[in-house]
Amino acid sequence: MSQQSSQRGFDDVTKTETTGHEWDGIRELDTPLPRWWLWIFYACIVWSIGYWIAMPAWPTLNGYTKGILGYSSRASVAEDVNEARAAQSGLREKFLAASSLSEIRNDANLLEFALAGGRSAYSVNCATCHGSGAAGAVGYPNLNDDEWLWGGTLEQIAFTIRHGARNDLDEQAHNSQMPAFLKDGLLTRVQVNNVADYVLALSRRDGSAGSLPGAVVFRENCVVCHGDNGQGLIEQGSPALNNDIWLYGGDRDAILRTISESRRGVMPAWGRILDEVTVKQLAVYIHSLGGGK
Amino acid sequence: MSGLILASAGATAVLGLIAASRAVDPGFEMHGWMLFAAAVVAVFAIIRFRDSVIVDARAPEVGGVPNYNNAIIRVGVIASTFWGVVGFLVGLTIALQLAYPALNFDLPWTNFGRLRPLHTSAVIFAFGGTVLITTSFHVVQRTCRARLAGLWAPWFVLWGYQLFIVLAATGYVFGVTQSKEYAEPEWYIDLWLTIVWVTYLLVFLFTLAKRREPHIYVANWFFLAFIATVAMLHLVNNLSVPANIYGSKSYSLFAGVQDALTEWWYAHNAVGFFLTAGFLGIMYYFVPKQADRPIYSYRLSIIHFWSLIFIYIWAGPHHLHYTALPDWAQTLGMTFSIMLWMPSWGGMINGLMTLRGAWDKLRTDPILRMLVISVAFYGMSTFEGPLMSIKAVNALSHYTDWTIGHVHSGALGWVGFVSFGALYFLAPVAWGRKQLYSLRLVSLHFWVATLGIVLYISAMWVSGILQGLMWRAYDKLGFLEYSFAETVAAMHPFYIIRAGGGALYVFGALIMAYNIWMTALGRVRNEKPMGIEAAPALRAAI
Repeated sequence: MSQQSSQRGFDDVTKTETTGHEWDGIRELDTPLPRWWLWIFYACIVWSIGYWIAMPAWPTLNGYTKGILGYSSRASVAEDVNEARAAQSGLREKFLAASSLSEIRNDANLLEFALAGGRSAYSVNCATCHGSGAAGAVGYPNLNDDEWLWGGTLEQIAFTIRHGARNDLDEQAHNSQMPAFLKDGLLTRVQVNNVADYVLALSRRDGSAGSLPGAVVFRENCVVCHGDNGQGLIEQGSPALNNDIWLYGGDRDAILRTISESRRGVMPAWGRILDEVTVKQLAVYIHSLGGGK
Repeated sequence: MSGLILASAGATAVLGLIAASRAVDPGFEMHGWMLFAAAVVAVFAIIRFRDSVIVDARAPEVGGVPNYNNAIIRVGVIASTFWGVVGFLVGLTIALQLAYPALNFDLPWTNFGRLRPLHTSAVIFAFGGTVLITTSFHVVQRTCRARLAGLWAPWFVLWGYQLFIVLAATGYVFGVTQSKEYAEPEWYIDLWLTIVWVTYLLVFLFTLAKRREPHIYVANWFFLAFIATVAMLHLVNNLSVPANIYGSKSYSLFAGVQDALTEWWYAHNAVGFFLTAGFLGIMYYFVPKQADRPIYSYRLSIIHFWSLIFIYIWAGPHHLHYTALPDWAQTLGMTFSIMLWMPSWGGMINGLMTLRGAWDKLRTDPILRMLVISVAFYGMSTFEGPLMSIKAVNALSHYTDWTIGHVHSGALGWVGFVSFGALYFLAPVAWGRKQLYSLRLVSLHFWVATLGIVLYISAMWVSGILQGLMWRAYDKLGFLEYSFAETVAAMHPFYIIRAGGGALYVFGALIMAYNIWMTALGRVRNEKPMGIEAAPALRAAI
């Protein structure tokens, strides 16, 4: 090694000694550690040691140091949940016990509890399919109107939420199935076209439907579920066809596809996911959106 | 020696052929063909360049200056610039996808889930990694006064690493991933990288060993810490068992919370040793060179180096606050992050204070300005990091855009700018030009990119804090105030601003690519020297 390393240099600009080494023209000043830097570094270390004494910190052979504050994140979460429950004290039990809508409506606290919880649970769980404003989308019913596939009373709404539809998980789930009339060979293409025209006329309610060739096909195949006048049947979840409200679209192509291939809307059984209070809150909330019966 | 290298390349070609012909899935078959093609190209390249590589390496010194390997620096500068532009463009694409989801085009290859790792890998590993290899090869040669060790080894490192990038990137797009953040490449790509990386370590060590300086310069400590630690992180986090030796799927050796901790130990120290220690190595050479001033404090460089590498390795658990990770591990992650604050700032102090006696140069030297602002962003993000590791702060910031903003103040501000500064420095040196094509274009790049960063990180701060506050908002009865979808809708304007910032950053990188290209061609732009127009105003003021 050369002697250069032991010869210290001097930088005229900063009036500081250099270490005397030079690499590709780069030299190093021998400035001492900045005091403020060192003291903040020490302070961080001291603070950390204090934190280790207070909190769970170091693993040991058979566990870990618990810390003198006795903190644990599990206990902390449990505490938060208890606090939240305390804010609802009495309301949960009273709400669960309430047997009728009027009972809930007549108690301002109970109604507020139901609507606030229902709105919150709706936006987390239901908005994905039914939309933030509950206006629905193609294949997902609008919950703001008074048109109900499976009934619009509080009990009917709660049942639908609890058990869902065609989900293969809940035995009580709504489980009707419309035949795929063309695909399964139940109707010819001409018949399907005719009945589609008939359904379109029916939805217009201008009295022209009865004279159409599709009327016969409709009477022979559709009335069992959709009713003599296409008014629908809640027990079967069969939509009314005599209005202009459509789940899968009301243009001729969409109707043709529904008749030909059928549809199979699925809804989860929320009773298996949410607790009974939340299901009931959701029912009251949805009932309140405008179409409750 | 060249015969052995040739045989290895030939054997690799055969290996690629076997992999392609026996592959059980299309991804593995595609990669087999790619390995085959790369090895065939390598065989021809070795035959074609054999004589010149040997002659170059044996050339005598000229006037006491070793015959540095500049050819590899030229290739490295081009590759770095290329990957920078590509990585930033993919970033802009996914930023726009977040603002306008229709841009996913409903195709598997272009959806956000596949392009996001493509962006992170392209900027961190392709751009950042190639910059690190290039600059470390330059720095270690110059500060050791010795030519880079090895005839073919440095070339294998650089080109082997490019092959790793291409294998990884094509894998992501076609669905080959082990789904570990920042460690997505599958087992056989990991093995390839291991071979490349060990060669990198050896080239670096052998160059240090044949140095003609009595001491090892501080930049090289940082580069060595980066190379050695990344090797360890890569090996441990990627331990896995392939489902089929001729298939791309593998299963990690870790599961559950152990997997999470290993992953974040890896990922956090990828930040610590790849993006911090490695780039501090760049800072320690290019800042004093460009400022033409001595490093501020030798003692500080020692203390902050050792404290940084000792403390950084503990901080990973702060990514797993309030999860299944035991409380004690969360405590250690948080406290070590706090203790890391000053060791990180040691690098900032040494970078900024090196300008003592040269601050006036910031007015006329946009390259130095770029390097200095990068150190300022480094200081900002290494303060923000410990702050966000505090559990109470993390409870708000975690999983929000604040994290994205934090990462990008470090990535765009620190890593990006220090890399740009180094590339602007290297271009004239590597091509033996007197000067850069245009300093005014560097200044334009500086302002465009700085504006981009400010838009980006301020948008993410606002959006992240808004998001965190909306997630934790409860009404008086304890019910959630907002749905997730409502918080997503609230982010929309900030996502547009962020994409605007990103677009400016991409534009800046394109200016740089043009500038470097023209420098390589030996052109000099006819322009007024920097700082000229300020002089009359200054005189008037006096």
